[in-house]
Amino acid sequence: MVGFYTLLYKELLRFWRVVFQTVAAPILTALLYLLIFSHILQDRVTVYIDVGYTQFLVPGLAMMSVLQNAFANGSSSIIQSKVTGNIVFLLLAPISNFQVFLAYLLASVIRGVSVGFGVVLASIIFINISTFNFFWIIIFAVLGAGILACLGLLAGIWAEKFDQVAVFQNFIVMPMTFLSGVFYSIHSLPEFWQQVSRSNPFFYMIDGFRYGFFGKSDVSPMVSFLVVGIVFLSLSAVTFNVIKSGYKLRT
Amino acid sequence: MTAALEIKNINKHYGSFNALSDVSLNVREGEFFALLGPNGAGKTTLISILAGLCVADSGSTAVMGKDVSSDYLEARKKLGVVPQELVYDPFFTVREMLTIQSGYFGIRGNTDWIEEVTSGLGLQDKMDENMRTLSGGMKRRVLVAQALMHKPPVIILDEPTAGVDVELRRGLWKFMKNLNSQGHTIVLTTHYLEEAEVLCERVGMLKNGRLAALDTTQNLLKRFSGIRLVLRTKKMVLPSALNEYLLEVAADGEWVFRLSDYSEVEVILRELRRVEDEVISMVLREADLEDVFFSVIKED
Repeated sequence: MVGFYTLLYKELLRFWRVVFQTVAAPILTALLYLLIFSHILQDRVTVYIDVGYTQFLVPGLAMMSVLQNAFANGSSSIIQSKVTGNIVFLLLAPISNFQVFLAYLLASVIRGVSVGFGVVLASIIFINISTFNFFWIIIFAVLGAGILACLGLLAGIWAEKFDQVAVFQNFIVMPMTFLSGVFYSIHSLPEFWQQVSRSNPFFYMIDGFRYGFFGKSDVSPMVSFLVVGIVFLSLSAVTFNVIKSGYKLRT
Repeated sequence: MTAALEIKNINKHYGSFNALSDVSLNVREGEFFALLGPNGAGKTTLISILAGLCVADSGSTAVMGKDVSSDYLEARKKLGVVPQELVYDPFFTVREMLTIQSGYFGIRGNTDWIEEVTSGLGLQDKMDENMRTLSGGMKRRVLVAQALMHKPPVIILDEPTAGVDVELRRGLWKFMKNLNSQGHTIVLTTHYLEEAEVLCERVGMLKNGRLAALDTTQNLLKRFSGIRLVLRTKKMVLPSALNEYLLEVAADGEWVFRLSDYSEVEVILRELRRVEDEVISMVLREADLEDVFFSVIKED
């Protein structure tokens, strides 16, 4: 187990060394979104009666930060190691494939959740936010981060250059996040787009996460939990097997 | 006795290119072994297969009796690899790199051994410097230190002295010899044949992915022994009587003759006098591993 802990520690140290870039910067970005959107839209958009738009926005932005950073951590760590060649140290080490998967997964989840936690904490300074059920908040944050961590690892393993990771991030992760209801409730969409949103797993992560804050959601949190849980387990299985197969890592 | 490395019928191709064809060889425990061959002969591919960085199409490899694919965790514990490329993690200092490396192999702390290895490699003043700031030679030493963190019984060094200055090269030789005398099996790939000749008891030569020679350094030298006479003359027209002595025409046009005895020098000179040619330059030397290497590589 020492090998596993060492890899996890190394991965945590890696993003902690550049904490301004990996944690502080995304928190600031989320706060800027919050400032601008809430200023413009506070009195114009009502999503749930008795929840102001600014309050509504906070969990969405926090979850968006969780997802983007969980993705960024896994993908950037792997692609950097591949491009600089130091992934060889890991490939030579007697650490089981499952432990490698788990260490990368956990490091990414920890970074994602830390940033999300930071966004909520920073928001509390300016905005009055209540929590309805802490359990659901944690569950969806962790599972959502886990899903994006897997996607990040897959992207990092698949990509051969940094810009291929950027393609994955900008053309898949970003659209799916923005179209999942970070800034709105899907009930405000036309029927067709509501249906499209329901096929986006990101929607369930954000909807379930938001339920933890307000006790209100577009779909039942149990349904969201089921969808997010199944997606997480499936992607974990895929990612573990890709690592085990040595795809693009062991030629 | 278990072989330190056991390589059985290894095949590996990339597309239509056969990187390795049916390569089999064993390296005994405690041996100092050189793996030689021109660029693209398959040395690094073979090492990568042994290290599990690369998967063979067929055949099997084992390190100290542990199969590299079915028993990969045990096999990796037995092996230390110094990669050819100067790779490093720019986030960490030398000390952190070595501590992390030890941890990867299940060893916590490891401070005494880190201290010993780094002072042996002359790294003690660089311990708290970031890897990025080190010179190429220093990075190379860190790579060697990393490979030794778990005291592996078998150490593979893929061109450890490429691009390294003379002082460090001699230092590394001494260090490797020392490791070998402590019982570590050492496998070396190198382009400096002098290095293999000085250090290694046995040599394997790869050519186009095939094992072209495998013998003790002494036997190879004996087999290809003789004296080399390198000549440049005024006319540079080879008398037909000297054809049988000519080994090759060097890149700069000089004749390289292979002689079995010093007395044959006179035969060559007599023949040149007969055709009224004159010697401009002449070098006479014993055959070395480089001659063996070229003979093997040129053989069909």
